[in-house]
This record gives sequence, structure tokens and C-alpha cells, in this order.
Amino acid sequence: MDNYEAVIGLEVHVELHTKTKAFCSCPNEFGKEPNTNVCPICLGLPGVLPVINEALLEYAVKAGLALNCEIAAFSKFDRKNYYYPDLPKNYQISQYDLPLCRNGYLDIEVNGATRRVGITRVHMEEDAGKLVHGEGGADYSLVDLNRAGVPLLEIVSEPDIRTPEEAKAYLEKLKSILSYIDVSDCKMEEGSLRCDANISVRPAGTGILNPKTEIKNMNSFRAVQRALEAEIKRQCAVWAAGGTVESETRAWDENKGTTVPMRSKEEASDYRYFPDPDLVPIVISPDRVSRIKSELPELPDARARRFTSEYGLSAYDAGVLTASRALADFYEACARNYRDPKLVSNWVTGEFLRLVNARNLEIRDVKLTPAHLVEMLELIDKGTISGKIAKTVFEEMFDTGKRAEDIIKEKGLVQISDEGELSRIVEEVVTANPGVVADYRNGKEKAFAFLVGQVMKATRGKANPQLVNRLLKERI
Amino acid sequence: MKLSKKEVEHVALLARLALSEEEKERFRAQLSSVLEYADIINRLDTEKVAPTYHVLPIQNVERPDKEHETLPLEETLQNAPQRDGNYFRVPRII
Repeated sequence: MDNYEAVIGLEVHVELHTKTKAFCSCPNEFGKEPNTNVCPICLGLPGVLPVINEALLEYAVKAGLALNCEIAAFSKFDRKNYYYPDLPKNYQISQYDLPLCRNGYLDIEVNGATRRVGITRVHMEEDAGKLVHGEGGADYSLVDLNRAGVPLLEIVSEPDIRTPEEAKAYLEKLKSILSYIDVSDCKMEEGSLRCDANISVRPAGTGILNPKTEIKNMNSFRAVQRALEAEIKRQCAVWAAGGTVESETRAWDENKGTTVPMRSKEEASDYRYFPDPDLVPIVISPDRVSRIKSELPELPDARARRFTSEYGLSAYDAGVLTASRALADFYEACARNYRDPKLVSNWVTGEFLRLVNARNLEIRDVKLTPAHLVEMLELIDKGTISGKIAKTVFEEMFDTGKRAEDIIKEKGLVQISDEGELSRIVEEVVTANPGVVADYRNGKEKAFAFLVGQVMKATRGKANPQLVNRLLKERI
Repeated sequence: MKLSKKEVEHVALLARLALSEEEKERFRAQLSSVLEYADIINRLDTEKVAPTYHVLPIQNVERPDKEHETLPLEETLQNAPQRDGNYFRVPRII
């Protein structure tokens, strides 16, 4: 496998979270009762006239600009014809030869190196409905058309990706950018972001293009990575055994950990694309493009660069903090109000993210506010609590949304900085451990740490560490 | 351009039409004459003619992103040959 390299291109579909559908005014909502978010237009009843949602166009231009694309001055919709029960009109409104956006790119970081992945095109289309297949051997399927007509962007990458790791990094960056510009929820579990992969392998460095397979049915970024790893292995084995890889569609089977054949790829011409006569062409003025461009927020890469220069963070920490806009906003709200932005970064990338993951939360649902974190850091500075106790306080703040001061009072966590009280405890510890004290006097540094630990234990971690150090040193 | 019987069958399949042998022959002739006429048009020099993507001289018809009433469930399902609760029921396809 070492002498082969993979050629990978990804095709991503994202649902846009506009208020209404792409071509009719039905609500665009996930999880409603089946067939209640429908109207004659998205049901494909005769005699209706679809009209494009202006928000769809704005979101699509926004996404195109954020992905460094050229925005077509002239664009149109086409009908992609095929029969499937989830497609009520027997055609999908899509864009064929004149997509809205072309020739973009995004940069990914893998193993410390930056790589640029080209984006061939970004086009607008509508989603299909949802099929529920009958249980067991039932000979029917059920159709829910709530999703029919929901606006989608199809984002097609160039075959610039070389490893499964890069594929995952590409998806993470894409998700990050689309979340920043607030056009999609990008939740793979809910199907608002879906990914298919085209992949072939070739002897490394040859530049030839071998037949490719298309991989479907990958339900997480991790699944994409694993499916590509398995498919590279499979294709390499076929070539190594003197065989030929068939151009086909395959499905990722999570349980088997391998890809399995699906159906032979239909020829593009079978879709019989033609311009949709119901929808008029789209002409986007340079003014409109620059207006939308001026409304773009600071994007992840730019923000990460600013975090390193403005707050003195490492490129790695800045990358972690800016991957999600909500996280970057949280961090920045703290960093602006505290003397040491690096310390804030340690808390946010450390304890904060640990708890977000452990509690399986979205950052926007976290009860802890930036102001509360800053208050806690100031309490450490004042010596009210120790850094160690702060972790307990932080977790309590995170889970309850209470202020540090209240938690410290309720739980009696105030740091013991009273010299008299600490001297008494130091005395007890020293008396109880004569052997260790002797070790220390004979030059064993570790013995000292043990004694500090005993004092901490006796005070349940509340002793002021600097004071304990000083008192112990003085005593022995 | 003369169509083969196989091509007629392919087009019929794409349109989900079941044709008798007699119909296949009849449509083969009719579709061939349509294509022959298209061939005549194809001979025109259109070098300097802009492509017609739409027959109406209209562009940029957009609607605001505002919700409207949806269809009541009973109306949505009233023409369904088969229903199952809130769903349309169709022959199994996988």
C-alpha cells in the first residue's frame, strides 16, 4: 500500500437553515409531523409556479464568497429528471452547466502543514422527501414530503485530497466556515450535512487517473475517514492482485468496516437535464456581491491569525479556539476582560472543552458565562481560592451557572491563608512524619513535596500553597 | 438521424412507459423525424447568437423568506392511492 497514493474528491450537501423552503413558503423545519410542512408547490401538483427564496440566493452567495469562489453574473436552474418516490415532481430543481459559484478553495492543516483544496463548484438545489421503509418483509415504503423542497447547497471539491485524514480536515474546515457564516447547522447526525466521496488509487507520483468508486452512506466525519481508509486498502489489494477496479457506487458498512457494492452509476445523460422553464435566470450585480461580501463575519483562518498576534496564543490553541464561532466568541469575551489571555486559553481549551464534551453539550447551551469565568480567575489572583480548588469551582459553575463567589461560600472552599491556623497544621504534619522530615534534611527533595501533600490533605486542598511552602521551610 | 429500437426502449424506460411492439415501431419513426428536424436546425450558423436559457425577458424574480399557510393534511393525502396514517404509502423500492 505504501507505493500507492489516493486521489479523493468530496461532494457535500448542506441544508440551509432559511425560514422557508427553496421555492415555496412552507416552513423549513426538522422533526415536524409527517406531511404537514407541505403545499401544492413542494408536492409537485399541476399548475403551480415555484419562485426562489431570496434568502437561499443570499446564503448561497455568502457561502461561495466564504469559500473563495467566483460568483457567476448569470446563473439558472435546471431539472434533473429521475424517478424515485421521495421526489414528487419526478425531477429535482438543481443547477447543471451554469452553477452560481465556481473555482474556490479552502485551506486545511494536517500534521502541521497547510494544504489548499480546490472547490470546483457550489450550486443550489432542493432536497427530496424522506422514505421510511416497512418493517421486516413489508412490501411497502412510506413517504414524508416535509423535507421536499428544503434548500441545499452542493459543494464539490477538486480531487486534491490525498489521505483520509485530509478528507476529515476538509470536512471540519467546511463545517467551521459554514457555521461561521450562519447558513447551516451542519449536523451530520440530523442529515443537514451529507458527504459522498469519489476515490481512486494510483502508483505514487505517476499522475495517472484510475477508475474511481463513489462511496455513500457515511454518517459522521469519523465514518468518512474510516470508509476511505478501508476503500484505499481494498483498491490497492485489487491492483496488487493484477485486477482492475470497477467504476461503481459503493456503500460504507459501519458494522463490517468495509465498503460494499451498491448499484452501477447511472450515466449523467440519463438525468436529461434541461433549463427549468418555471424559474427565470438569476443575474447578480457586482453591487449585490460586494454588499454580501461586506456582511461576511471574520472567518476562522483570519480569526486564528488574529488570536495568535493579539493574544499571543500558539497556532494550535488559536486553531482549536476558532474552529467554532461560539467557542471563539466565548474565549474572546473572557480574554478581553482579563489580564492574561493565555491563561484564559488554557482554561477554555482545557477544562471548558473537557466538560462540554463530557456533558455532550453545544457551546451555546453552556450555562457558564464569560463574565463568571473572569470573576473566578480574579478570585485566584486575589488568593481567595487556590488553582486546584478552582477546578472544582469551575465544574460547579459549568453545571449550575452559579457564580464562583456563591459556590465558594456554599461549599466552604475559601483558601486558608491564616498563618496561625496553617502553622498549627504544619506542626502536626511535621510531628507525625519524623522519618520524612529526616529524609528531607538529608537532601531528599521529594520528601518536601510529600509533606506539602499532607498539609493539603489535612485542609482538603484549601491551604494557600505558597504559604504552606514558606511555613514548612521555616519549620524544618 | 434514425433511432434504433433499443434507443426507443431506453427512452420509454426513462419515462416509465410500457410500449407494445407496434407502438415501439410507431414512436421510432415519429421520434426519428423529430430528431431529423432538429438536425436541420443544427445546421444553422449560431456563432453570433446568444443562447436562449429562457423564453421570457424576465430575470431575478425572488420572494421574501416568509412563511405561508401549509396544506391541511387531509387535502395533502386526498389523492393518494394508498395512505398509512400521516404518510403516503408506495410499493417498496429497496
